[in-house]
Amino acid sequence: MADVQKIEPDSVFAKAVKEGLLAGALAFGLFFLIVGFRTDQNIRNELVLNQRWGLLAIFVLVAGIGRFLLTAYITPWSEARSKNKRAAVEKEQSAFRKSFPKIGLGLLLIYPFLVILILWAYNGSIMGGLQGSLKYVDNFGIQILIYVMLAWGLNIVVGLAGLLDLGYVAFYAVGAYSYALLSTHFGLSFWLLLPMAGIFAALWGIMLGFPVLRLRGDYLAIVTLAFGEIIRLVLINWTVVTKGTFGISGIAKATLFGIPFTPGPTGFAALLGLPNSGVYYKIFLYYLILLLALLTAWVTIRLRRMPIGRAWEALREDEIACRSLGINTTTTKLTAFATGAMFGGFAGSFFAARQGFVSPESFVFLESAIILAIVVLGGMGSLVGIAIAAAVMIGGTELLRELEFLKRIFGPDFTPELYRMLLFGLAMIVVMVWKPRGFVGNREPSAFLHKRKMVSSEFTKEGHG
Amino acid sequence: MSEKQALLSVEGVETYYGNIRALSGVTVHADPGEIVALIGANGAGKSTLMMTIFGMPRARTGRVVFDGKDITQLPTHEIARLRIAQSPEGRRIFPRMTVQENLQMGASLDKLEYFDEDSRMVFDLFPRLKERINQRGGTLSGGEQQMLAIGRALMARPRLLLLDEPSLGLAPLIIKHIFEAIKELNKTTGLTVFLVEQNAFGALKLADRGYVMVNGIVTMSGSSAELLANPEVRAAYLEGGRH
Repeated sequence: MADVQKIEPDSVFAKAVKEGLLAGALAFGLFFLIVGFRTDQNIRNELVLNQRWGLLAIFVLVAGIGRFLLTAYITPWSEARSKNKRAAVEKEQSAFRKSFPKIGLGLLLIYPFLVILILWAYNGSIMGGLQGSLKYVDNFGIQILIYVMLAWGLNIVVGLAGLLDLGYVAFYAVGAYSYALLSTHFGLSFWLLLPMAGIFAALWGIMLGFPVLRLRGDYLAIVTLAFGEIIRLVLINWTVVTKGTFGISGIAKATLFGIPFTPGPTGFAALLGLPNSGVYYKIFLYYLILLLALLTAWVTIRLRRMPIGRAWEALREDEIACRSLGINTTTTKLTAFATGAMFGGFAGSFFAARQGFVSPESFVFLESAIILAIVVLGGMGSLVGIAIAAAVMIGGTELLRELEFLKRIFGPDFTPELYRMLLFGLAMIVVMVWKPRGFVGNREPSAFLHKRKMVSSEFTKEGHG
Repeated sequence: MSEKQALLSVEGVETYYGNIRALSGVTVHADPGEIVALIGANGAGKSTLMMTIFGMPRARTGRVVFDGKDITQLPTHEIARLRIAQSPEGRRIFPRMTVQENLQMGASLDKLEYFDEDSRMVFDLFPRLKERINQRGGTLSGGEQQMLAIGRALMARPRLLLLDEPSLGLAPLIIKHIFEAIKELNKTTGLTVFLVEQNAFGALKLADRGYVMVNGIVTMSGSSAELLANPEVRAAYLEGGRH
């Protein structure tokens, strides 16, 4: 330890310069052909080789300077920080962290009105506020909350019961298509079909559960992955019912106690004497998905304190021990699959009502992967962590659509959306290096006797004790 | 002793791992209120017998009878519901769950109905667990984890307690404490205990009767005093460096 501390600042700086140059050279070698050259078709359909030295230089500089800054400043800083942290292990949780869920919930409840107020003040007119808020309520609010709900649903299967499910989007699809088909063919209302979609998805969860009962870990992951693909392929190929890749359009919107959100005289806006705007429906949808997500959270919190929830968590820890304590692992697994799938189904029917259009395109493997990534990044089992992860990941990718200023740096050809996935991956790596157990890695015990006295999970080994 | 009286009887059981025979016609029994020890070297098949009683793996031939009921083909969780509890090899506590949650898992057969009462009994037996009640299982020391594994098994209100190597990897003082606790439990509640041990001396001192197992076969049986005095047992298990 002592000789580590004795390193002179000069030598850190020299090391950083060296590593920075090396990283720059590496980046040059890597990107020389990939970024430096680009083949394009010209007007006569001939391939021409374009040289992009400027962009290549930016890549190399980012890598070199980034590595330099990391070695020279960030690593020493974080080492000093973790040393301080270790000195204060017994530190109580800060007041902010304790009340974070409440503050977050309060903000979520007023979010649409906050946005409208801010934009009203900014634009100087109420209509400007209403129309401008559409984007923020829809693209950010609803979009993020859908993923929060999906991730909380998957959390029951993956985070609590420890069953790695790579095909969760299948239940999302079942819910969406249940609503789309039953609503367009039979004209049933959203409020009737919402629970039905959940039940259908839960049934599919049990159907998936039965054949995979004996599987664990990698094998389970592969089978669930295949299950997700099977559902998608059925949706594509069973054209008589699902219309294949054309999808189903014109799906009925949800109503508020029978009041439709249409511009006509019986619509929501006319009845309340408000100016016509599409934003009311979006705000309604926002609160609907918020309610559904909170329902998911509430059920999860309640179940964790009940025998079945405890059995799920015990199953994650040690299946053999569970069985020898008299727990029927078959029903325990099936209920986990069914409960998780049910919330996926709810989210799916909401998705169909919001889009008014469903097609198999929306239910590709990437969606499952993103939902799973959110669960893992948030810290398996932690509701708050998962909500933060969903906000960062989905909100972040939505924000990237907005980064027009990047065009000024990288030239007009640059499309920031294309780099979303790159940044998504980068963010995941950073989080996993920085917090390998996710944003909230500590498992909150479901029962307490006496005073709270917790030992950090960093001291707890995964797997068998 | 007639077999009708026995609480647990294992009759001519053969267990295989794939094609490898781990148990070859094992016959043992435990009468109500008895402490029975099964001793043997590493790989003799002691833990396999323990798990075969629980149906993981299942016996290919022979029968396992508990309280007059053939349990050979029952699923593991239903065997546990007949009030057979075990502290398994490697303890298998739930590492990320707290001591209290681990005990709750043990009490799940009765839906926590007797939790307060039974946990008090466990804490009387192992006061250390009470101090650690909100601590995660994985953060406990080896001895504490063993206490937790036994405590969790006791929470199920067992009629038969199977203990697989409770002394494994523990300091002599803690082994003594755990063995004393088992003895006390047996005396006060009449709990039947079937104990698997490498620590032959300690196990035979604790038990009423014992079996010696070699390569999947029971080679000797008798009262603890007989086995302790037997020159073969002494040579193989007691004087070979093990206390």
